[in-house]
Amino acid sequence: MPDQLLFAMEVTLNGLMAGVLYALVALGFVLIFKASGIFNYAQGVMALFAALTLVGLQEGQIPFAHLINAILGTDLHHFGWHLTAIVAIVLTIGVMVLLAILVERIVLRHLVNQEPIILFMATIGLAYFLEGLGDLMWGSDIKKLDVGLPQGISETIDTATFNWFGYGFFIDKLDIFATVIAALLVIGLTLFSQYSKQGRALRAVADDHQAALSVGISLRFIWVLVWSIAGFVALVAGIMWGAKSGVQFSLSLIALKALPVLMLGGFTSIPGAIVGGLIIGVGEKLFEFAIGPMVGGATENWFAYVLALLFLVFRPQGLFGEKIIERV
Amino acid sequence: MKLKLATLALTGLMAAAPAMADLVFPSLSYRTGPYAAGGIPFADGYADYFTLLNERDGGIGGVMTKVIECETGYNTEKGVECYEATKGEGSLVYQPLSTGITYQLIPKVTADGIPLHTMGYGRTSAANGKVFSHVFNYPANYWDGASIAVNHLLDINGGDLSGKKIALVYHNSAYGKEPIRTLEELSAKHGYELTTIAVDHPGQEQKSQWLQIRRERPDYVLMWGWGVMNQVAIQEAANIRFPMENFIGVWWSGSENDVLPAGDGANGYKSLALHGTGSDYPIYADIQKYVVDAGKAAGAGDQIGTVLYSRGLYAAMLAAEAAKKAQEIHGTADITPAMMRDGMEALEITAEILEANGLPGFGPEFKVSCENHGGPGLGMVQQWDASAKKWNIITDMIQSDKSVIDALVKEDSEAFAAENNIEMRCN
Repeated sequence: MPDQLLFAMEVTLNGLMAGVLYALVALGFVLIFKASGIFNYAQGVMALFAALTLVGLQEGQIPFAHLINAILGTDLHHFGWHLTAIVAIVLTIGVMVLLAILVERIVLRHLVNQEPIILFMATIGLAYFLEGLGDLMWGSDIKKLDVGLPQGISETIDTATFNWFGYGFFIDKLDIFATVIAALLVIGLTLFSQYSKQGRALRAVADDHQAALSVGISLRFIWVLVWSIAGFVALVAGIMWGAKSGVQFSLSLIALKALPVLMLGGFTSIPGAIVGGLIIGVGEKLFEFAIGPMVGGATENWFAYVLALLFLVFRPQGLFGEKIIERV
Repeated sequence: MKLKLATLALTGLMAAAPAMADLVFPSLSYRTGPYAAGGIPFADGYADYFTLLNERDGGIGGVMTKVIECETGYNTEKGVECYEATKGEGSLVYQPLSTGITYQLIPKVTADGIPLHTMGYGRTSAANGKVFSHVFNYPANYWDGASIAVNHLLDINGGDLSGKKIALVYHNSAYGKEPIRTLEELSAKHGYELTTIAVDHPGQEQKSQWLQIRRERPDYVLMWGWGVMNQVAIQEAANIRFPMENFIGVWWSGSENDVLPAGDGANGYKSLALHGTGSDYPIYADIQKYVVDAGKAAGAGDQIGTVLYSRGLYAAMLAAEAAKKAQEIHGTADITPAMMRDGMEALEITAEILEANGLPGFGPEFKVSCENHGGPGLGMVQQWDASAKKWNIITDMIQSDKSVIDALVKEDSEAFAAENNIEMRCN
């Protein structure tokens, strides 16, 4: 098999894996938009906040230690414990649920029936608040995320492809793990929304707020629920991306990678987020491989948006989005 | 009434007087945002050095120093706003720690008569003092850095790089593109094959770039990165099992922040070093005594001894020495920005000065002149020991190839002078 074809196959596989990571971020946006019509600008910051909290809890870091020390003149830093990954993850989920409750109580409750743009602006404020809160609570230094995720080249795939083609493919074990987690997440979310009482309530709210309210579904509960799930998805995304780069404030920028995925897959479809992520991942990687060297490289960021814009021309609602029909 | 007015005026005068007498060193810092992890230690080191001078020596030449910090978030527009907001405070020299902000400030500082020091970053051709009267980038610049890396590779390859493949992984920005021309010139001179690989901001996803490196198998990879790009690149290099001792970053890709997230995978990674590293210098005992123990450390006081803290300390030390030189030249302790510029242009850093400052052998000895604002172009190479979690300096000072760099500096700066109708100085 020609080398270029083998390389293209390797790039495609890696594109699929990268697409899964993009989709993980996009999922959080979709969940909240689907249930409440809010484009949650804070989703990237939520991933950062969740990852910061996870590492902070795991390492036994005292929240707001810098602030406490500055005010009281103390020298506090750590509680002195080191939690196992699973305990830290469970506690972080608890923090994200608490955050969802506070967001509902302090922000959303007061903005019921407001225009979508008002809610969007509120999430911009929330993003800045959360970023500052994360900084105050856990500090700005880069933290190593150690939850036992596998990382590095997959020997199995490397050996198998070498035996078949005479060229071993590089696939990161972390990407394979992320793919499995994303698949489980999608299956779990689908089962939850199809077969659980809360899931059906969530779908009812997504379809029609007024009708859902009229049959006794609590909008507030649904909002807390959906923001909690989005917080959980943000935690998963934060773990996967944080494992690559360490947990640091640029994690919030991963939201930029989710936007073209959303434009392509649609803002209201969970499968759309996955398929959109895969298309963007493979598209940008293959473009960089084939065309990048001719135009100086670094094409991935802008190509993802160009690809999404092309889709928008033909399907403004995205591949799987609901067609918006408004009576005039 | 007259007595009340006179008292009020006198009170105002007394309140204002100490502020006027302070030697003001603005710090355009970034303690928030995606690049905060790099901005915080530098800002802490910069501030702590001046605090040390105040607490231990009573300032510089008997005049207390004052650091005015302004948060830029590593954002060019905010950086310019910070400059405009602080320049009227008697600011003596700006060190913005951002190439983007530097480019915007060059015409402004020149018009306002305030010196700008961009140590190891900024516009490289500003080394030509004949063109850039108010901009200084001693002791080394990006082009020196590229040449120092190549000279290190020459050293470990018996002086011959012909037939070797070198890849440059760079931040796709003005900063990242700086070394390309120099590396191309050096490629023609030494016969290595150069491949350039761009990484878009912020650099969180670099799979394509490292797959390309895995396919093309360069002998060495050089990196011009900043922020998250560094950590991801080092992790990806470890993932594809690229030999870390053949991976060399510029001095902005060589802090503890860059290597710690990759754990043992980063072991053996090298970077250029503008100065010494670690806290085994006598100055740290003074910092502990006069700054930390006195509860006057900047920030959280948890960055002391790190690479970027040391860089902030070094930048502040060079500014303080230039201020001393300015006081000496003009015979007054109350110096103005114009006098500070003169001090920077006449600055001479000797081994004795470094030792007297508690930093023996920390950086190179050098002398600035009207023609040469760029210093000697010396640097070292440091290597990360993952088990000890520390950087070790592994070379002596390496001299950049001035025969190549001076010509490039001359060409670029003279083109700038022609575009902007700048009359050559130092005749």
